Amino acid sequence: MSKKILTEHCSTPGIETFEVYRQKGGYAAVEKAVKKMTPEEVVEEVKKSGVRGRGGAGFPMGMKWSFLAKPEGVPRYLVCNADESEPGTFKDHYLMKTIPHLLIEGMIISSYALGANKSFIYVRGELMYVIHILEKAIEEAKAAGFLGKNILGSGYDLELVVQPGGGAYICGEETALLESLEGKRGNPRNKPPFPAVKGLYQSPTVVNNVESIATVSWIINNGGDAYAAVGVGKSTGTKLISASGHINKPGVYEIELGLSCDEFLNSDEYCGGVRTGHRLKAVVAGGSSVPIVPGALFLKNANGEDRLMSYESLSDGGFATGTMLGSGGFIAFDETACIVRNTWNFSRFYEHESCGQCSPCREGTGWMQKVLNRIEHGKGSMSDIDLLVDVSKKIEGNTICPLGDAAAWPVASAIRHFRDEFEWHIQHPLEATKAGAVYTGSVLV
Amino acid sequence: MTENNNIVFTPERLAKVHEIIERYPEGKQKSALLPVLHIAQEQFAWMSQGVMDYVASLLHIQPVEVYEVASFYTMFHLEPVGKHVIEYCRTGPCVLMGGEEVFDHLQQKLGIKKGETTSDGLFTLKEVECLAACGWGPCFQIREKYYMHLNNQKVDEIIEDLSK
Repeated sequence: MSKKILTEHCSTPGIETFEVYRQKGGYAAVEKAVKKMTPEEVVEEVKKSGVRGRGGAGFPMGMKWSFLAKPEGVPRYLVCNADESEPGTFKDHYLMKTIPHLLIEGMIISSYALGANKSFIYVRGELMYVIHILEKAIEEAKAAGFLGKNILGSGYDLELVVQPGGGAYICGEETALLESLEGKRGNPRNKPPFPAVKGLYQSPTVVNNVESIATVSWIINNGGDAYAAVGVGKSTGTKLISASGHINKPGVYEIELGLSCDEFLNSDEYCGGVRTGHRLKAVVAGGSSVPIVPGALFLKNANGEDRLMSYESLSDGGFATGTMLGSGGFIAFDETACIVRNTWNFSRFYEHESCGQCSPCREGTGWMQKVLNRIEHGKGSMSDIDLLVDVSKKIEGNTICPLGDAAAWPVASAIRHFRDEFEWHIQHPLEATKAGAVYTGSVLV
Repeated sequence: MTENNNIVFTPERLAKVHEIIERYPEGKQKSALLPVLHIAQEQFAWMSQGVMDYVASLLHIQPVEVYEVASFYTMFHLEPVGKHVIEYCRTGPCVLMGGEEVFDHLQQKLGIKKGETTSDGLFTLKEVECLAACGWGPCFQIREKYYMHLNNQKVDEIIEDLSK
């Protein structure tokens, strides 16, 4: 069994309660932090750990914390991004419903480190039942003296607020999330200024993902160096991977970064292999927005070396042959999956979720969806393929927030690696639109 | 502006709304908008103009500030809905697990298409994007409850159970 930093106690009965969580050593890190460490020392440990933002961008968390402006007399805020909406990603959902106190404990220590006295957990509105679980956990922590005024007699005050979203993927983008938290439409803000300088209510703000904040207790208990010793290179620690699609064991798995992709896919400890009786066609390694790659390029890079589950190894080869770890939303496709239909499905998602603020994204996502829809339904022409590439290039990099890139990459990568399947759809419309018809020319592993 | 004297929160909900407003720094009560809209939908089922105007009055903001938000976030129903709103995930990972076939079955079972409400007013069927339950798909949600690992038989059981 590999190292478990977040999920070690997830199968313990009653772990969602304060009592059991405390028995398993929970909240010891809060005691240590507020009684024996200065906020600066907490930040230093997190910096040493090298833990990178687990929402998808992979930016070092300690560095993000150190950018926080600290003007005199101005409140600072910590906001936890629990708006998990990237297709293929359900790890934060799992973590919050299973072991809510891990997030609450991390929020307390992180807020202390940043000097925030009021912090928010912004949860996607669909997860209202999880919001109730978190609110109960907050009440329990408060009753035990770990939240509220003068925590454990340290003089430090903290109030935690759980805020529901309303069903908008865009609010996972941190500035859109802040707009939403202020009671507005989720339109991303122009940057700069960055939230670290002007965030929530124009005050300095740090926004971190659920999984990132959940690592903080372990880091404080064991030290940043111990965390950095887990994993590989700049991919330190462990990562939750949400595994879905055509595998034997869909679910959430904690892996040590640097695990081989082959082991992740085929070992019974994780996915348990491609669905029995089927073969691997393609993989989305890190959530719907990262480039889709053929199965062979997920398992080995272009040089034939084993691919590892790490930020660096998955992106090896750039977009030509690589992909990204992203949010850790792993989706496997076997030979029964239609890449054209899946690409159309994803493009419909991005069209639906575009906030409409920037024209390349607002118009481009709809345009790509319409072209993909006609190819999927046997009405495409060969020039449509290059048209899609052209539209995707004109969205990429030309929008306020990364939703434009997120919409462009799945389309561009599907054409890059599965162009023959798009051509087959266009050249054999009668065959391609038959119920259950799938292109059979792909290389399987 | 529509006058509707029937649009008033129950005393419990009104107390909850005031408690929520208190969570935010002074002058930032607009932050309560999304939580309050959820409470409003729980009581009134959908966002009529009267409901939105009422919410605006409670938060001391302009009605348009509520309209633009209620229409941006897909969880808020802008038209009347049935007793049970089925919000069915149509996104890729659920589709890989047979989500489209189960959805077709659900439409047949209810005798309606997506976006429609059954004639008895019991069910409204909506398609939604990813519900963050990809490994447990196909899935749909009714209010706060997730229904996962769906297949035709399970769908029949759920619908029959809710029809009782």
